[in-house]
Amino acid sequence: MSLRTPLSEAKGLGSAKEGASHWWIQRLTAVALIPLCIWFAFAVATLGNASYIAVIGWLQSPVVVVLLIFFIVVTFYHAQLGLQVIIEDYVGGWLKIVSLILVNFLCIVLATAGIIALLKVFL
Amino acid sequence: MANLQRPLSPHLQIYRWPLAMAISILHRITGVALSIGALLLVVILIAVATGPEAYAVVHKLIDNKIGTTFLFLFTVALFLHLFNGIRHLFWDVGYGFEKGTTTYSGIAVLLATVVFSVGVWVAAYLTCNT
Repeated sequence: MSLRTPLSEAKGLGSAKEGASHWWIQRLTAVALIPLCIWFAFAVATLGNASYIAVIGWLQSPVVVVLLIFFIVVTFYHAQLGLQVIIEDYVGGWLKIVSLILVNFLCIVLATAGIIALLKVFL
Repeated sequence: MANLQRPLSPHLQIYRWPLAMAISILHRITGVALSIGALLLVVILIAVATGPEAYAVVHKLIDNKIGTTFLFLFTVALFLHLFNGIRHLFWDVGYGFEKGTTTYSGIAVLLATVVFSVGVWVAAYLTCNT
């Protein structure tokens, strides 16, 4: 039995059909991050205390830079979605809106800054 | 206005801590910690892009026992979140919901986290010293 009125049935509007997009993109980014994180963890362990020359040398490889840019974009997208859920669970009122906007902006700014820094070193 | 007279369910401290609950909470904590880690990655990349002097400041903070421990804990958090995330993906498609299975998969997550955290650092050590 449908709970919709005959008029809404005829119009066929209602749901924006994006209800699952937050959930779905979180899973999609999670899957992409599985190989990227294993690669990145190894990079952290090898280059954690590397010299300036060694880091610059590592960032001359196009493969490394492409992987890092992809890693940064997917990571911050995933982090934004995850932090949003946590904020929605624990923060209420106007503080919720403010922190959601801040997290959104911060993730976009940080991802952009990371990519620009990488390109500056690479190019 | 919420009615505060209504009966409330007991809060966290009232329960015994089953493994599933502990890992679930750790998943959130590591999620926040890794977000801060991602922020620090960008800070390091900006330092690299700025030049040797800026990188020297970052390098001084990392290249000691505390810094290396911090990096190691970062990889531990990364692998815990990664493997528990894979566990979540299995749940998402409907597998592993039985009570016994959740405990076993939780133990598997912890074991994989230890093995990969140690493994990645051993592999890095061997790569750097050969």
